[in-house]
Amino acid sequence: MFRFLLARLGILVPTFVGVTFVAFVLIRLVPGDPIEMLAGERGIGAERHAELMAQYGFDRPLWYQYGSFLVNVLQGDLGQSLVTRRPVLAEFLALFPATVELSLLAMLFAVLVGLPAGVLAAVRRGTFLDHAVMGASLTGYSMPIFWWALLLIILFSGMLQWTPVSGRIDLLYFFEPVTGFMLIDSLLADEPGAFASALRHLVLPAVVLGTIPMAVIARQTRSAMLEVLGEDYVRTARAKGLAPRRVVGLHALRNALIPVVTVIGLQVGLLFSGAILTETIFAWPGVGKWLIDSIARRDYPSVQGGIVLIAGVVMLVNLLVDLLYGLVNPRIRHAR
Amino acid sequence: MPAELTEAADGIKQPGPLLEFWHYFRENRGSVAGLVVICIVVLAAILADLIAPYGPAEQFREHFLAPPVWMEGGSWQFVLGTDAVGRDILSRIIHGSRFSLVIGLIVVSLSLAAGVVIGLVAGFFRGWTETMIMRLMDIILAMPSLLLAIVIVAILGPGLVNAMIAVAITYLPHYVRLTRASVIAETSRDYVVASRVAGAGLGRLMFVTVLPNCMAPLIVQATLGFSNAILDAAALGFLGLGAQPPTPEWGTMLADAREFVLRAWWVVTFPGLAILITVLAFNLMGDGLRDALDPKLKRS
Repeated sequence: MFRFLLARLGILVPTFVGVTFVAFVLIRLVPGDPIEMLAGERGIGAERHAELMAQYGFDRPLWYQYGSFLVNVLQGDLGQSLVTRRPVLAEFLALFPATVELSLLAMLFAVLVGLPAGVLAAVRRGTFLDHAVMGASLTGYSMPIFWWALLLIILFSGMLQWTPVSGRIDLLYFFEPVTGFMLIDSLLADEPGAFASALRHLVLPAVVLGTIPMAVIARQTRSAMLEVLGEDYVRTARAKGLAPRRVVGLHALRNALIPVVTVIGLQVGLLFSGAILTETIFAWPGVGKWLIDSIARRDYPSVQGGIVLIAGVVMLVNLLVDLLYGLVNPRIRHAR
Repeated sequence: MPAELTEAADGIKQPGPLLEFWHYFRENRGSVAGLVVICIVVLAAILADLIAPYGPAEQFREHFLAPPVWMEGGSWQFVLGTDAVGRDILSRIIHGSRFSLVIGLIVVSLSLAAGVVIGLVAGFFRGWTETMIMRLMDIILAMPSLLLAIVIVAILGPGLVNAMIAVAITYLPHYVRLTRASVIAETSRDYVVASRVAGAGLGRLMFVTVLPNCMAPLIVQATLGFSNAILDAAALGFLGLGAQPPTPEWGTMLADAREFVLRAWWVVTFPGLAILITVLAFNLMGDGLRDALDPKLKRS
């Protein structure tokens, strides 16, 4: 296990350095001069311009700029936002819990609906139920989620008035952030009204963000289950008279979970793409919306730092998923 | 009667590859349905000027936000209603099909062509070249695709062409990886060795000997890539980074319609439905292609 971890890190670290390089180069390629961008329409004198260029280090050679950027990144310093003048890392960390809360709930929704649906479709293979689940799954997979979000807003916020259109919580509630997760913080502050409000704000974005992962999980679970249900040990379990529920739930599902865990892990990277859209539509104050806003404001240090941080998170999660395999699948654990 | 039997056997021709493909493909009813829908969309795109009731930018100033025909106040004049500046939604959707198909076609061709060449190079020149290429692909894959596309559009400037380039770059790694994997599997086969011994040059080995045998997974990926390309380009349009208004691109139409979401649902509903149906059709067809082209991958 330890050797495996080392080997994975051996690939991970160069890839991460590569990401910092690509982020750096991409941002330098954006047309325009960052200082003039900062000065805005008022313009800026040549002398002050040179002074600021020197202050931000933009006058050094590019290789030097990249080198110091990389060294700073490895020390946890991602530079300063041009707009708010706050460290990029602090801005990111302040908004990250909102994105994590949304993503976790979306994944929860995806697994809670997708997994049973996939199992059911496999067990009732060829029936109407199977076709319905697969049809719904393919539709979910093909869904333009920004449109799906608008449809749900029309139905639940417009016609039924059950959920708010945007934001994280009603403005009348305030409590100290402890974990950054509204659902947990409101409970810690003992404010059931706030909890209900936070939940109502969270439901639609989570469903929207969870739709594609749900579809993928349902599909993958079904095919993994079908494969496992044809195995000899499942037949043996059936033959010795175990209840069908026990055969499916214990013997089959556990082994079918291995490819499903892979797929769930792969969804994490895609989740960020979805989060950008979902957060923009629901005005959810997370890192996805922050990145879009930063690009619109031409706040390039934020964009650069954001790319590096998000790619880092995606890579870490993928590593965790790989390690998790060992836990679900003993065969892999021993092979290493 | 043996004579008649041989005659009958002569009558049965070995089915050509196309016929065999069709035989497998039509078994999957969903894929055939997908193919039919795609044909309809293609026809709509080609004949848009003839079948659309109005031009995509034509405004009717007395009919702002007119509801669709089956609702109160709707009329057959505007079957799916009009948008906030009085343009017929049906006509815009029909014209928009051109953009979606062209987007899919160009994005897939770009990333397929580049991906195949890079993948072939990686698969043939092992060692350093391969490592560099594959690590670069890992880097692209580590970034969320939409984020990367947005940054690339920020560099190139918003617009449909730049959005297509950006989306094509984000899909590049999939084709590179697929091509490289099949190339490595193929190059150890006898027929490649034979061809090499017979004196085939590198270019011939790559493109004539090996590439045709790697095509099946690439075709499947390309069909599925079509639907992803349409989705991503629409998302960029929706964020205001893709096609610019008043282009009747479906995602851009949705961006325009966002502020009317609670007042006029039809402005939002129909362009999105068009995206969903088209993407669904391509995904259905992709499934069928996979089953037909690659019996090994046949879904259980």
